[in-house]
Amino acid sequence: MSNEIAILGVGMHPWGKWGKNFVEYGVKAARDAIKDAGVVWKDVQFVSGAATMRCGYPGYVAGATFAQALGWQGAEVNTSYAACASGSQALAAARAKILSGACDVALVVGADTTPKGFLAPQKGERPDDPDWVRFRLGITNPTYFALYARRRMEMYGDTQEDFGLVKVKNAQHGSTNPNARYKKQFTMEDINASAMVADPLRLMDICATSDGGAALIVSSVDYAKKIGRGDAVKVAAVSTVTPTFASAIVEMPDIATDSAAAISAHSFRASLPKKAYEEAGISPSDVDLAEVYDLSTALEMDWMEDLQLCERGQAAQLVREGATTIGGRLPINTSGGLACFGEAVPAQAIAQVCELTWQLRGQAGDRQVEGAKVGITANQGLFGHGSSVIVKK
Amino acid sequence: MTEEKKIEAALEGWFTLDKDEPHLLGTRCTCCGTYYFPKETTYCKNPECDSEEFEEVRLSRRGKVWSFTNACYKPPEPFVAADPFVPYTIAAVELEDEKMIVLGQVVEGVNVSDLKAGMEMELVLDTLFETDEAEKLTWKWKPVSA
Repeated sequence: MSNEIAILGVGMHPWGKWGKNFVEYGVKAARDAIKDAGVVWKDVQFVSGAATMRCGYPGYVAGATFAQALGWQGAEVNTSYAACASGSQALAAARAKILSGACDVALVVGADTTPKGFLAPQKGERPDDPDWVRFRLGITNPTYFALYARRRMEMYGDTQEDFGLVKVKNAQHGSTNPNARYKKQFTMEDINASAMVADPLRLMDICATSDGGAALIVSSVDYAKKIGRGDAVKVAAVSTVTPTFASAIVEMPDIATDSAAAISAHSFRASLPKKAYEEAGISPSDVDLAEVYDLSTALEMDWMEDLQLCERGQAAQLVREGATTIGGRLPINTSGGLACFGEAVPAQAIAQVCELTWQLRGQAGDRQVEGAKVGITANQGLFGHGSSVIVKK
Repeated sequence: MTEEKKIEAALEGWFTLDKDEPHLLGTRCTCCGTYYFPKETTYCKNPECDSEEFEEVRLSRRGKVWSFTNACYKPPEPFVAADPFVPYTIAAVELEDEKMIVLGQVVEGVNVSDLKAGMEMELVLDTLFETDEAEKLTWKWKPVSA
């Protein structure tokens, strides 16, 4: 199909709390992706960086920062910032450039160095900023995750044990992933022994923040054929739609939903994959595996339903049956997900695509999903940012 | 001698300071009827409405629990925590007329185990934090039965 592009190469810097400059992680990931693609750096015509807001000016102009660190060679650059969807927006920019015919080969790269502890808003008295207001009132990120989790318990009868099963499953998946930060195979006892943060979620239900980097080399399908890589895995859809007024669910950092008094409410999470399925011309039943943004264990189950991989309220049953474990009929977060990685914001959406690429190539080692042909990613960040990418063989 | 502290809203203009029956203060689009909290006064965000006319409204004082949780750890600034930190319960409450869900702390003494989705809650005022000069109030949710 005309709107597909090829993924020639993927690369990552392992996630951790390394405390080094983010540029180092991005360069390592980019060089690995270039090597994996079998192209040379000076053939890359466009560098699409995902920005980080935590590493000063070089982070704001990440595309140029990485291009310089890899060695200026005259490529055009772009930098995207879209919170957790930054990596997908960077991929979307590269795809647009390629599909318009303005370039053949592009590098998509994101990396981050994260501070310790809670992510806090800027200082000062700023009541016009919803992010400031909610922290002043005592509403933190885990508050939102916990409200969604408790809603599942109230509506569908999910239990804390079900949430724990997601963590046990993801820990098992990530235990052999060389790029994962946490490789311990946690048990239900470990989870139950961890501190309650925001009832019903414990510390081990909520993801950490990490350092890490991820990169892709993407090209036109014609270019891939020309260099003998016509069989490369393809990006079939990139959805980065914004929400539709009125919001159905109270979203971080808001203190209230929109009013649906005059117009019906819409779920933002559900709208992201909907556009991706339409663009790729495939249906949820075609999906073999998914990488979803498990900011919390319970949120992974919301995503399964938003991706239409099961009916509303049915996700916990799939988890209990083992369907979402590698070897089951619908493996979710084969990489180990955010549970094993921790969030490195500008790299995360790219890392999801890296995992799907390895899976669809049959290069995922102990994590391999047999015969995987179609994978989908999903993530959501602050201020109406989110994305869903479909990768297929 | 200690002077009485001033009573002030932690977020000025966000709610009335009526002790017995406080209300959140929002706006309503005079054209399509969409409510806004916090207030919107520039132009209507409903993509099917082009209005720039709003009236200030008091939002419903009662609603039903959509979901709930608590804060077991002290949030970062600008939250002003008591020392030692006292965990608090949080509820998301659905207002029927406005068709919106509003978050807020729940009054002291009400725990997560006391709440259920669908339970009726009402709005009250309570201290969010104190400065040397003033007691800063916020809205909190309280079970109607309690």
